[in-house]
Amino acid sequence: MITSFLIKSLDRTILVAVAILLALAVLVPVLNLLTAPDHPLHVPTYLVSLFGKYLTYALLALALDLVWGFCGILSLGHAAFFALGGYAMGMYLMRQIGARGSYGNPLLPDFMVFLNWKELPWFWYGFDMFWFAALMVVLVPGLIAFVFGWFAFRSRVNGVYLSIITQAMTYALLLAFFRNDMGFGGNNGLTDFKDILGFNIQADGTRAALFAASALALAVSLVITSGIVRSKFGKVLVALRDAESRTRFLGYRVEHMKLFAFTVSAMMAGVAGALYVPQVGIINPGEFEPGNSIEVVIWTAVGGRGTLIGPIIGAILVNGGKSIFTAAFPEFWLFALGGLFVLVTLLLPKGIVGTAQHYLARRRSYRAETVSDKGAGLRASEPMAAE
Amino acid sequence: MYRILQTVLVALILFTAFPAAGLSAEEPLRDLVNALGTAKLSNMDEHIAALAKSGDPKIVPILEALSDGNLYVRKADDQVFLTRESGANLTLTDPLSGESVGEAPKSALSKIKVNNSVRRSVRAALGGLTLLSPDRNQRFKAAQSILQSPNADALPTIENALAAEKDAAIRTLLEQARATAVLASDRPPEEKRQAVQTLKQNGGREALSILSAALGTADETLKPEIEAALASIEQTQALWAAGQNVWYGLSLGSVLLLAAIGLAITFGVMGIINMAHGEMVMLGAYTTFLVQEIVRTSFPGLFDWSLAIALPLAFLVTGAVGLAIERGVIRFLYGRPLETLLATWGISLILQQAVRSIFGPTNREVGNPSWMSGAFELGGLTITWNRLWIILFALTVFAGLLFLLKKTPMGLQMRAVTQNRRMASSMGIRTPVVDALTFALGSGIAGMAGVALSQIDNVSPNLGQGYIIDSFMVVVFGGVGNLWGTLVGAFSLGILNKFLEPYAGAVLGKILVLVLIILFIQKRPRGLFALKGRAVEA
Repeated sequence: MITSFLIKSLDRTILVAVAILLALAVLVPVLNLLTAPDHPLHVPTYLVSLFGKYLTYALLALALDLVWGFCGILSLGHAAFFALGGYAMGMYLMRQIGARGSYGNPLLPDFMVFLNWKELPWFWYGFDMFWFAALMVVLVPGLIAFVFGWFAFRSRVNGVYLSIITQAMTYALLLAFFRNDMGFGGNNGLTDFKDILGFNIQADGTRAALFAASALALAVSLVITSGIVRSKFGKVLVALRDAESRTRFLGYRVEHMKLFAFTVSAMMAGVAGALYVPQVGIINPGEFEPGNSIEVVIWTAVGGRGTLIGPIIGAILVNGGKSIFTAAFPEFWLFALGGLFVLVTLLLPKGIVGTAQHYLARRRSYRAETVSDKGAGLRASEPMAAE
Repeated sequence: MYRILQTVLVALILFTAFPAAGLSAEEPLRDLVNALGTAKLSNMDEHIAALAKSGDPKIVPILEALSDGNLYVRKADDQVFLTRESGANLTLTDPLSGESVGEAPKSALSKIKVNNSVRRSVRAALGGLTLLSPDRNQRFKAAQSILQSPNADALPTIENALAAEKDAAIRTLLEQARATAVLASDRPPEEKRQAVQTLKQNGGREALSILSAALGTADETLKPEIEAALASIEQTQALWAAGQNVWYGLSLGSVLLLAAIGLAITFGVMGIINMAHGEMVMLGAYTTFLVQEIVRTSFPGLFDWSLAIALPLAFLVTGAVGLAIERGVIRFLYGRPLETLLATWGISLILQQAVRSIFGPTNREVGNPSWMSGAFELGGLTITWNRLWIILFALTVFAGLLFLLKKTPMGLQMRAVTQNRRMASSMGIRTPVVDALTFALGSGIAGMAGVALSQIDNVSPNLGQGYIIDSFMVVVFGGVGNLWGTLVGAFSLGILNKFLEPYAGAVLGKILVLVLIILFIQKRPRGLFALKGRAVEA
């Protein structure tokens, strides 16, 4: 059954994308570690980390695409799941510092010593073990998404209302994590990490490995999402996106399906956050900022919602642009980003990949039309309507 | 004419004669003062009491100097002087006339020695003296200070002062001081009981601390009485505190109402998610800043009118920006709310960055006109003028908007278009024009809100962001498409927030409110006052 799931999930585009990602996962570390710094093919470490970060963003965008592109749920709080996963990983990294912190306390992280805490809060127990932290990376966002979604979808909160309350959720989490009493480092968050699984987090080798892990995670998630989307279940998801009431009347438990997609998506976002934190070396409440979640939406929109490759391309393009822009003309970045929001929604509602697919499909159907009779043209026409 | 001159002359003579009369009265006083110089520590009290009995305000600086150790006696003739150190010498001042009488070497004088018991009697005497001073402010201060450190010895002085006092405010203070002193004295229990009653009636935080202090030393018969009084004061205090919380809540609610009411039109009535709404508020605040800058540099006399000038200007500026946004972007996105949300978010980023580029990222100062600064007391409540004006302003804007929507042709058209666009169009209403005007109206109201919020918040490019989530919460909570819902939503969220704050802290309180709203939406997905009927399905 799993094999059939896998086979179904791999159409040509996905196959190519997964192959590229796997190739990157091998090639980039090799080019980074095994070539001399002056070699023309050498990849400097800062680029490895930068693109590693982009890959985690791409994973986040892919997670959002699963709910927005295929299920019609515009979540404006996905960065919250990302940050929760990041915090879970950050807590593991904090515990790994051990007695090497500035206060030299073997058990308590520096900020707790600073706040005069005497013992570790209960929710920090277990985070000294990697497997536990890794479990929490998936479970915590998943659980929160499950509870939140269970309430929201059951009472049929949808459309704009859902967007607004997801935004309220991330805002509430932002405020909560800013509090010192929460035990997550307050304003400053978690930082000063030393090592991960015994390897120095600053070392080139670790960074290359983290890049490879990000590429791998993205490839696996791509296969999973593709499997979900291409299964019968995925077809019903698209159906409920386009006509929720009709799907419900046909006898599908719409809220359960939405809940499933939302929870899976949140878990993927959590994994993305967990890979993000060791590569940037810090996690703070700023990641919960509602603006961040909305930015994820624009990555997905630029690439093309409802396509699986689109969000990955969008996330890398927009963030690459951001890196270049903020270095060259820092004051114009927000103009550019704002303009992107307006122009993409007005002129490119299907995104780059969506538009390209549209033209390809038109050409193909045109050819088909000229060759055979006219019936084929209708099938290839616009697959998705507005929500 | 002659008569007037005569009166003036007589008055003049009388005035010049008066100090002379004073001088002659000074002689016994001077003896008393000089007696301080030769007095022993043991009988200093009597001398001080004798001085205090004279009731002359001139005594005050002398007694102060005595307790500060600045009163010296000249060894040669036992004359007493106020002194100030100047190098090796002392500058001498005549204690009664206050005139300088030159300097003298330190060796020629000796300091009048005091100890703590003398200082205590000086303080009591001073309290009594200033309590009788003809200057109201001085009496007021004296009454306050005596209330802060009351003791049984001061009782006669307080009673004396109370008998002479006419000013109501000072009387209350004195009565409280008397009651406190009585509680500390060895007067009969009946009088103490009355004192407890007096304190209970006056209430307040001081009474609370006085009574709880007295509870420890009071005898058994009085204890239940004091406890009852304590309970009653605490209850009134709690009531006032609740009242103050309601006031703070109303104030926060009015801010929320102002921020949300424009949104209630664009989101509630038109169904457009305008994420740039907060930026409209910000633009309104910056308009106020600009107006104030111009007024300050060119017409400083008009400063108190600056808000009145800024109000229509802000409405026009943000209304025009709103119109441009609607014509340029939003009209292409009708029927696609999620896309509208993204596009307006983009616009909000652009507006923020534009303001940051023009005015800089730091806070700009917007001043309060005189009629908006300060506060007044209402019972146990402290009410600041700017909050009061903002509440009134918010309600006025609300009423105006309600009137516009319900009683004018434009409002009628707006409601028609939102309820059934095609039908309205068939009836000859030019729906694109109505859309544009409605959106401009919503934006303009946000600008007016910005004028008000510039008075209580920091005017920075991020001003709007702080309000956007809150205002969406208000609109969603109150029920989309219903102005009354927005009103009720804003005030109930404001008051709820302020009542949670003391128990949970400001941040946790806010989180709780957000969680409550999220839960509330589960129960009533369309808010408190949901629209009913076919419009809902559209």
